[in-house]
Amino acid sequence: MIKEVENPVLETHNLTVVYDRKPAIWNIDFTLPAGSIVGIMGPNGSGKSTLLKSIMGVVEPNSGYARLFNKPLDAVRKRVSYVPQRQSVDWDFPASVLDVVTMGRYPHLGLFRKLRSEDKEIVADSLEKVGMLAFANRQISQLSGGQQQRVFLARALAQQADLYLMDEPLVGVDAASEHAIIDLLKQMQASGKTIVVVHHDLYTASEYFDWLVLMNTRLVASAPLEEVFQEEMLRDAYGGQLTSMSKIAALLREKSFPMRHK
Amino acid sequence: MNELWIIGTAALVATSSSLLGCFLVLRRMVMFGDAISHAVLPGIVIAYFLTHNKTGFPVLAGAALTGLLATLFIQFFNRKVRLQIDASIGISYTFLFALGVILISLLGPNVDLDQECVLYGEIAYVPLELIEIIPGLSLPRQFWILLLNMLMVTAFVRISYRYLKLGSFDPAFAAGVGIPVALWQFALLGGVSLTTVVSFESVGAILVIAFLAGPPATAYLLSRALKQMLYLSVAFGITATILGYYLATLLNASIAGSIATVIGVQFLFAFLYVRLKRNSLLNTPEVHEIK
Amino acid sequence: MNRFTHLIEFFRLEEPNVQIVFAGVFLLAALSGLVGSFTFLRKQSLIGDVIAHSILPGICISFLFAHEKDPLFLLIGAVASGWLSTYFVDRISSGSKLKEDTVIALVLSVFFGFGILLLTMIQQGGYGSQSGLDQFIFGRAASMTRTDVLILVLAFLLISSTVIVLFRGLTMLVFDPDYAGSSGFPIRILRSVLSSATVLTVALGVQAVGVVLMSALLIAPPAAARFWTNDLRKIVLLSMAFSVISALMGSASSYTSTGLPTGPWIVMFLTFFALGSAFLGRKHGVMRRLIRRRQNAWKILSENILKSFYYLSDGFTTQAGYSVAMVSKNTGINQLKVRFGLLLLKRSGSMNRSQGGWFPSSDGKIEALRIVRKHRLWELYLSRFMHLKPDHVHEDAEGIEHIITPEIESELLAELGFPSTDPHDNEIPEITEMP
Repeated sequence: MIKEVENPVLETHNLTVVYDRKPAIWNIDFTLPAGSIVGIMGPNGSGKSTLLKSIMGVVEPNSGYARLFNKPLDAVRKRVSYVPQRQSVDWDFPASVLDVVTMGRYPHLGLFRKLRSEDKEIVADSLEKVGMLAFANRQISQLSGGQQQRVFLARALAQQADLYLMDEPLVGVDAASEHAIIDLLKQMQASGKTIVVVHHDLYTASEYFDWLVLMNTRLVASAPLEEVFQEEMLRDAYGGQLTSMSKIAALLREKSFPMRHK
Repeated sequence: MNELWIIGTAALVATSSSLLGCFLVLRRMVMFGDAISHAVLPGIVIAYFLTHNKTGFPVLAGAALTGLLATLFIQFFNRKVRLQIDASIGISYTFLFALGVILISLLGPNVDLDQECVLYGEIAYVPLELIEIIPGLSLPRQFWILLLNMLMVTAFVRISYRYLKLGSFDPAFAAGVGIPVALWQFALLGGVSLTTVVSFESVGAILVIAFLAGPPATAYLLSRALKQMLYLSVAFGITATILGYYLATLLNASIAGSIATVIGVQFLFAFLYVRLKRNSLLNTPEVHEIK
Repeated sequence: MNRFTHLIEFFRLEEPNVQIVFAGVFLLAALSGLVGSFTFLRKQSLIGDVIAHSILPGICISFLFAHEKDPLFLLIGAVASGWLSTYFVDRISSGSKLKEDTVIALVLSVFFGFGILLLTMIQQGGYGSQSGLDQFIFGRAASMTRTDVLILVLAFLLISSTVIVLFRGLTMLVFDPDYAGSSGFPIRILRSVLSSATVLTVALGVQAVGVVLMSALLIAPPAAARFWTNDLRKIVLLSMAFSVISALMGSASSYTSTGLPTGPWIVMFLTFFALGSAFLGRKHGVMRRLIRRRQNAWKILSENILKSFYYLSDGFTTQAGYSVAMVSKNTGINQLKVRFGLLLLKRSGSMNRSQGGWFPSSDGKIEALRIVRKHRLWELYLSRFMHLKPDHVHEDAEGIEHIITPEIESELLAELGFPSTDPHDNEIPEITEMP
């Protein structure tokens, strides 16, 4: 079930990414409404992270494109914030919490402009919102998983964007941090932001999101929560029904077959 | 005076390499630096052959392109041929180095170069060859060239500091905010390549690698912030240079070799210090509880 | 004497000196091809690099104690400091936040720098520059002695017999160390056996071919061999073969053109083999991929043409032939390609040509039915399980129809409950005998 919306904040069209000849995402085609908290869900290896990366131009799509605020990415980069997976960086990096959150101001400052007092306020404010202000001078290697995630969120807040794409912000996070993060997301939504979250816990999904995107390399569903959250849909996204699909994907890789027919 | 020129020259190499090395360490690309520093040999030989031994900065900059060629080779093997990264590095640099040695023996009489010099330099000769920069001011040629390089490297790190930092810590985020991560990385490796080429005559490739890996590694163990790591790394590099010089005069041995040895000792001290501190942190509270 | 007669002279092995060099280089190459296979497959090629740079201080210290160049004594020093360097790499990477690449570069340059320090002390101390130790940096195959060759023979026998005895364990170590550990293989012992073999090989080899070039000898041959096969036994043998051939060609080139060093020539041949294998290798070579891609393109072309006959003749209800232009119009493929595809099909017996034009043979018709069937099955699968709208599935099926194997086809049938129509309500054709 794929529901189209008018004036989408984010739209992808036939987005396809092939890693080493194996399709990671395949013809993803959806639109998302502004002002919602969207959950992107699917089993391990179903291409959720790749989807975010290709929207943000971190990986080059093999075909298709994404539009944000009805414009190409380069025209609206400052209005979009991307939060990579916490595990994708090396937390031994010599930096303090403050350093990392300040990085969120770099796109606004470029290479040369000095950090103004207003930037410092934004950084402090972002730290305050995630409850990490007291840790501002803490070495990042000394943080717990939940604290690391909050630092990443603070960095995203410091970007002052309108659309947030977050890759697994709730993985490996303690219960207190998880609640704090969800509260924060709801506040952000209340102030008009759109938040897209890659998530994989089915049980909490219904509490957290109001729009769901289900995927398993392909798009299975994209619709309001209550319409998607039916057993059949979930079974199709997660279930063993798709053995043929994975066999085909393996064959494509093994035989160097072109994925798309010209 | 000679002493000062020698130490000064080596300290310039120490500064450039230790700065660039910090970013290689943080990006897990130190072995790229190792490969580049061997692979510039054919470029150097050709530069020498064309200019008959009086190499100026522009020619050396051209020779530095071979270093970048090595990184392209590595990426070609790794991505297009799908050879694992360690073997891609190994094959690329051994090939280019061997090519350089063959060029030396082919062009032999026309090139005043030998492979020993390329590996560990002849820093003791630095003060002998002076050039006049402006009327009335004469500097050793090597010192002058390395000073230019050091200024360029420092300016590069200063100017692109934010992008280098972001690209080293979180490349995905950097790409997401529109920074051309690959381009900056290429510029970084270009800096490494240029530094190796201009340094080989005085200190040789091995010391450049020691500077690229050693002081940054020591500083990494002790630093809490990137700026601190950069300053500490340069400080360790220069201290090792001074101590190494006197060790060499004491033992009547190679200056480059002595500096590399001091770098190793510095690292060993930092390594043991960090371990001891960690162990005492782990042990103290338990002791108190038992009491 | 010209170069060619020089070459003949080299391979005749008449000069005793040539015999020694020949034997030494042969053994060394075989040894590093053997040992390198394992370090390569364990993705530890650069450890060989560390060892090669790290034996210099050991040699110098041995010399300082013995005051002479006793090969055995120097070898012990070399092996000891090579071992120490791998120990340092392990300890520092596991005992600090430093990553392995930094540690490798650090250990390598510090050991080598310390070696240079000792070497220059020896050269400027009372020993004279006659110590000849600097050949450990750049190598000098031509100065090998009978004793060197004897040591190489012993090392080769020792290492190759160890590898044969422990072959099964080493296979496990290389391909699946986690499983090997959990199923009770003595992983730690196997690992130390392997690194001892590497240290010994490098220590022996550096003297002949030099530091940098010893690394090449460990890395390039197995990398080349890997492109041809997945079988460890074959990788080892091929790697030894590449290594030995390069080494002999390198020595011969250096012998015939006086003044050219042996080591770099060996590396040139090694790189040549590695590059050649990367392109031509039967298992993972680039050419192999290109050929396969072209075969796929041909397969897709001919299948699309066959399929168009199904549509043109309305499910083979008419028998008239069709012209190239008509097929081209139906498929949207240009005429030149259509003509080529038709010829391919004719050669394989799927297509007949008469005055009326082209028409599939009975084999060709069955083939065409099968493709249409796979196309429609896949459309149904997509719309049923992926909830795609009927107007979204065609393009995808155009690609996938060419790759569905009979096995997947029957699975699809079962999963879909043996359907008879596709999402567009077109019939999914049965495969029957064709007239």
